[in-house]
Amino acid sequence: MNSIVCISQVPDTEARIRIAADGKSIDETGLKFIVSPYDEYALEEAIRLKEAGGGEVTVLTFGPERAAQALRECIARGATRAVHVKGDPGGIDSLGIARILAAAIQGQPFDLIFTGKMGVGTDNALVGPMVAELLDIPHVSVVTSLEVREGSLTAHREIEGAEEVVESPLPALITAQKGLNEPRYASLKGIMAAKKIPIETRSLADLGLNEDELRGSRVVIVKMELPPEKAGGRKVDGADPAAAAREIVAYIQAEAKAL
Amino acid sequence: MASVLVACEIRDGKLRKATREALTAGRRLAVESGGRLEAMAFGSSASAAASEAGAYGVKKLWVVGDSSLDPYQTETWTAAAKGVIDQASPGILLLGGTAAGRDLAPRLAARIGVGVASDVDRLEWVDGNLRARRPVYSGKAFATVVVESRPAIATCRPSGFPAEEGDGGAPEIAEVSVTLPAPRARVVEVKSTAGGELTIAEADIIVSGGRGLKEPANFSLIRDLAHALGAAVGASRATVDAGWIDHQHQVGQTGRVVSPNLYIAVGISGAIQHLAGMSSSKHIVAINKDPEAPIFRVADLGVVGDLFAILPPLTEEVKKVKGSH
Ligand SMILES: Cc1cc2nc3c(=O)[nH]c(=O)nc-3n(C[C@H](O)[C@H](O)[C@H](O)COP(=O)(O)OP(=O)(O)OC[C@H]3O[C@@H](n4cnc5c(N)ncnc54)[C@H](O)[C@@H]3O)c2cc1C
Ligand SMILES: Nc1ncnc2c1ncn2[C@@H]1O[C@H](COP(=O)(O)O)[C@@H](O)[C@H]1O
Repeated sequence: MNSIVCISQVPDTEARIRIAADGKSIDETGLKFIVSPYDEYALEEAIRLKEAGGGEVTVLTFGPERAAQALRECIARGATRAVHVKGDPGGIDSLGIARILAAAIQGQPFDLIFTGKMGVGTDNALVGPMVAELLDIPHVSVVTSLEVREGSLTAHREIEGAEEVVESPLPALITAQKGLNEPRYASLKGIMAAKKIPIETRSLADLGLNEDELRGSRVVIVKMELPPEKAGGRKVDGADPAAAAREIVAYIQAEAKAL
Repeated sequence: MASVLVACEIRDGKLRKATREALTAGRRLAVESGGRLEAMAFGSSASAAASEAGAYGVKKLWVVGDSSLDPYQTETWTAAAKGVIDQASPGILLLGGTAAGRDLAPRLAARIGVGVASDVDRLEWVDGNLRARRPVYSGKAFATVVVESRPAIATCRPSGFPAEEGDGGAPEIAEVSVTLPAPRARVVEVKSTAGGELTIAEADIIVSGGRGLKEPANFSLIRDLAHALGAAVGASRATVDAGWIDHQHQVGQTGRVVSPNLYIAVGISGAIQHLAGMSSSKHIVAINKDPEAPIFRVADLGVVGDLFAILPPLTEEVKKVKGSH
């Protein structure tokens, strides 16, 4: 089973977000970057499939120099190949990114492509299904459990208040939801191995892509701002439970108008 | 100006809440852009939605009534939607930000070759373009985007827009015949997991429990209050990871980002990843015994006290008030 896992590198979920001077992006100085949390589920699933039946796990990212670190972390956990398409994602929308990833995948042998359900940060949840469409393969999104057989898969997909069971032939693309598995930490052996496996780099030109065309913006960020400061709330002592209960109900009635 | 088209989802013969919210947002955009509001509905109950759609101001309903469109499946719906769009040529396409809407939008957009503004909570028509605001970094920031491609596609964040009827009679109905593919990825079963419980994605009120509950059985205190309020049950990641409750209930950066009218956080400390998922709620109440808990920074009403002492009388008080209406 050969899998390709699309990895996006994002600011640490602990990070405080500051707006950059251009007012359209975030200030990256001092930010710590991590593998997007949902991509960890994607990677873990691909590694388990390889452990069960052999094959390659290729991790693929499009991003600036710093994104190489995310790929190294993935190799340390068990990825066997890494491809870094280098470039500045600024000004390229989700379809542009999907086109880049699809171009990098084109011509490589694969049975499964994995992405995260959503990039934590962009919060788009767009790139996975877009890549599947561009490669003309089926996809199942928001997957919480996966069973892969020779030539086909069964996936459980989360919807509101229910779970869908979806069957699909391979090759297919899966977007990983929390619950799919419990991602492992890197082992010492893996960390040593990560030093031996080279990261293959590609430029957009290598992929035959025209950068201006990719930036021929469709969805353009024109402003980035922090949420308005919350006006200080009211804090009350709940030592008298009955009084606290009445206070809460009064608030719900008067302010939230929900009773 | 070209029309504003809304993709409908129908449940039990009625338009889903997310659809009604998208229609309300779409009606405003239609006025601003000088187009008219249209909608598309798929499957055997599609026509049944007509009068309700009319009440929301839909002038024309495009119907693909093929029963192979029940339930939602990516490939059949993508083909149906593409078929309608080819005929209707809308300037704007809105979808509810549901499981189906967020699955369909990117697949359809890539087929047409356009972008998507995902999970938006504000929409405007400015200088001949769709301008949308969307929370990013799980609500730690807001991005305003301009959608330059046509149709300009956006998915509407659940509860991000009100659902308000307009005025209007029955819409014109246009049946569209589309050749649907045999889908490769097929839905073979749908299993209910919430057992009729309200889901946090769509609820107006959410009562969430955290590790302060001490043990899984105590989630019954949260359920009782939620039931009395007609609310959905939410949870912190700590309780989900401990296996106290299913992850469908998780609120936060790696759970669901929610913005209900009222969010009640009980025994939740307010870690940055949790706050990111709920601080855009319109009204926030927190109950926590630690006066320094960060949840109080976002709470409109913070009660410093023991949840085990406060929840039972609170649930009783809510029932009393509800009973007296
Ligand atoms: C990558 C990443 C992603 C994450 N994503 C999420 C996410 O999506 N959602 C999320 O919630 N977390 C997330 N977390 C975890 C987060 O950092 C916290 O660990 C978690 O939110 C803590 O849950 P909690 O508030 O229930 O527990 P705790 O932090 O243990 O808080 C329990 C609270 O209960 C109070 N308490 C105890 N007893 C009582 C009592 N008798 N009465 C009243 N109050 C009481 C305590 O004072 C305390 O404040 C994430 C973490 C990481 C690293
Ligand atoms: N620049 C990128 N490089 C590689 N994969 C990406 C990139 N951006 C997004 N993805 C993948 O697409 C998923 C969804 O991202 P998004 O659509 O931005 O929410 C992520 O979880 C990744 O798996």
